[in-house]
Amino acid sequence: MTDRLELPGTTWRRVSPKYIVVDVVGSIISGIMATAVTSLPAYFSHVAWLWILPAVVAVISIITIAFVPRRVKSIGYQLREDDFIFRRGLMFQRFVAVPYGRMQLVDINRGPLARALGLSELKFVTAAASSGVVLPGLVHEDAEELRDRLVELAESRRAGL
Amino acid sequence: MSEPTAVPHFDPGTAPATRLADGEWHRLHPATPLLRGGIAFLAIIGFVIANLRETLVNLLVGGPGRANGYDGDPFAVLIQHQLLPLAIGVLALGLILFTLGFYVAWRMRTFRITDQVVEVRSGVLFRTNRKGRLDRIQGINIVRPLLARLVGAARLEIDVAGQDGNVQLDYLSSSMADDLRRDILLLASGTRAREAVVPGAGANTAAQATSRVGDFVSARASDLLAPELEPGLAHPDSVVRMHVGRLLGSTILHDRTVIFLAVLIGAGVAFATTRQPYALFGLVPFFLGLGGVIVRRFTKSLRYSIAATPDGVRIGYGLLSTSNETLPPGRIHSVEVFQPILWRFAGWWEVRVNRATRQGRQGANGQQNTTILPVGNQDDVMAVLALLLPDLTDERSLALLRHGINRDRGDEYVTSPPRAAVIRWFSWRRNGFASAPGAVLFRKGAIWRTLVIAPEARVQSVAIYQGPLLRVLRLATLTLHTVAGPITARLGAVDRDAALQFFGTVAAGVVASSRSDRSHRWRQGEAPA
Repeated sequence: MTDRLELPGTTWRRVSPKYIVVDVVGSIISGIMATAVTSLPAYFSHVAWLWILPAVVAVISIITIAFVPRRVKSIGYQLREDDFIFRRGLMFQRFVAVPYGRMQLVDINRGPLARALGLSELKFVTAAASSGVVLPGLVHEDAEELRDRLVELAESRRAGL
Repeated sequence: MSEPTAVPHFDPGTAPATRLADGEWHRLHPATPLLRGGIAFLAIIGFVIANLRETLVNLLVGGPGRANGYDGDPFAVLIQHQLLPLAIGVLALGLILFTLGFYVAWRMRTFRITDQVVEVRSGVLFRTNRKGRLDRIQGINIVRPLLARLVGAARLEIDVAGQDGNVQLDYLSSSMADDLRRDILLLASGTRAREAVVPGAGANTAAQATSRVGDFVSARASDLLAPELEPGLAHPDSVVRMHVGRLLGSTILHDRTVIFLAVLIGAGVAFATTRQPYALFGLVPFFLGLGGVIVRRFTKSLRYSIAATPDGVRIGYGLLSTSNETLPPGRIHSVEVFQPILWRFAGWWEVRVNRATRQGRQGANGQQNTTILPVGNQDDVMAVLALLLPDLTDERSLALLRHGINRDRGDEYVTSPPRAAVIRWFSWRRNGFASAPGAVLFRKGAIWRTLVIAPEARVQSVAIYQGPLLRVLRLATLTLHTVAGPITARLGAVDRDAALQFFGTVAAGVVASSRSDRSHRWRQGEAPA
């Protein structure tokens, strides 16, 4: 897999491995729900071949869950000199670079399970809706520290829209 | 033509022209309530008169109407039951209350312009107060609906960044609106020339007041007949106008019109063969919607003009209801030059932009304020691009823009490799990117030709993406995130290594450009005149 996108000269900071638990649990729940919903037609119609649908969904869910650890490991970020750079995804890779001066606000979100494990999710908002930089699975103290640091950096490099 | 209103001359001077931008609270044009509720008011009066007319004629002439008695006419009923005085009393009371209400509302609606903000407060029971920061102004629009034009009033819309973020001053007197716009832009530009009102300007307003009544009618008439863009307002070289023939041709040859006609013919054939009219009802909204879009585009573009003024690009639209907007420098987040397929034979293009202001309610004629040039040939496009992107006027950038519109063998664009033909069947030779000083250019599409130009100083973030298919082909997708609008700056099927390298270059370029960008205070540092 040498063709994968890789930025030379970047040392990625990874998110907490505990986030794997959160992601796995989330994937299991959504996988079960998707399987249940897709099995409704087969259940009510008693047409045997309709069971293929939930079976496929279940298999895809299991594969997705199996890859969660690697996917979580693929999430990375780095605070460069003037911008924040973020990556995620294995099959569908995405790299985003956001200059500090463009950050309009930084959100911290904590779901119930993530909170139990002491994790937080950081969300960056720019004037463009499509930037979509969400950094999950940060240890709470790190998240707050990172937020303060980013706000400080954004303040010092404030630019117009 | 004796024009009593002060004609603004081409004068990049920095002296304020009105007293309105002095930081004090001011009221709007006295006819405001009438104009804001104008159509409804006229409709009610029209209804009353239409009902009253026959009865009045009968009353005066003594025709047979009275003897007929009850015939559904409310006035006849009132007369018959001797209730006319009461009805008139109620009507008069209602009118007085209405007028009083309007008067109080008008009294309460005030605005002020300081060197930081423009602020409007209004409301009697429910107070509203809206403030817009001057350095976040994205454009100032002067809208003159037909009714307002007849009485010489105009609505000033100050677009501030954000969803539905505009501060409206409706209505102001027409010439005042022009002057006020200049003053606001002057304050926003960063020159702090806050001199007292120039004596000349004061004398001007006094002269205006004395000669007003006599010349009012002729002034209104000349205003209606005047060219859309007053001569002397802008540098003549920078002006691009619309040719009626070209507008007509482009409307007919547009994809929209073709779809419209195709569906129309399809519906006709379906009706002729099946004789079932019911199925056609479903298409009525489609015809109304698309037909409306086509007609609106045509009528609003009839008197289109674009020109450079000292404080930004001025775009004027409209035949009966006019609107013209000034975009200060550095408010354009991305530009797209687009060619619907049928325009290729004529060599026409359309220019659109992304702006940081999104209006829920559109301007006059429901116009989209993102179309900058409805239709033009390549020369027009180059002239408009020079206005929108004044930094891209050196020899190399101009060549890049030209080649972005029409591909040339061996131009500077980094195009997709031949293996990209798997996913870009026709366009892989054209599909490519280039970087000009301070801007990124994406050229794409062989059938629907497109060129997207994103000024680096306005790009919010940069992304590179690769899915499984792209990975097999060793390709990647580049995206520049800008504020939301009709344009998406995305270029697919780029060679992986070239894309990665470009990603790094653009990310650094965005940082450097936004640091050196001073366009939000575009005249800062200039010596005040």
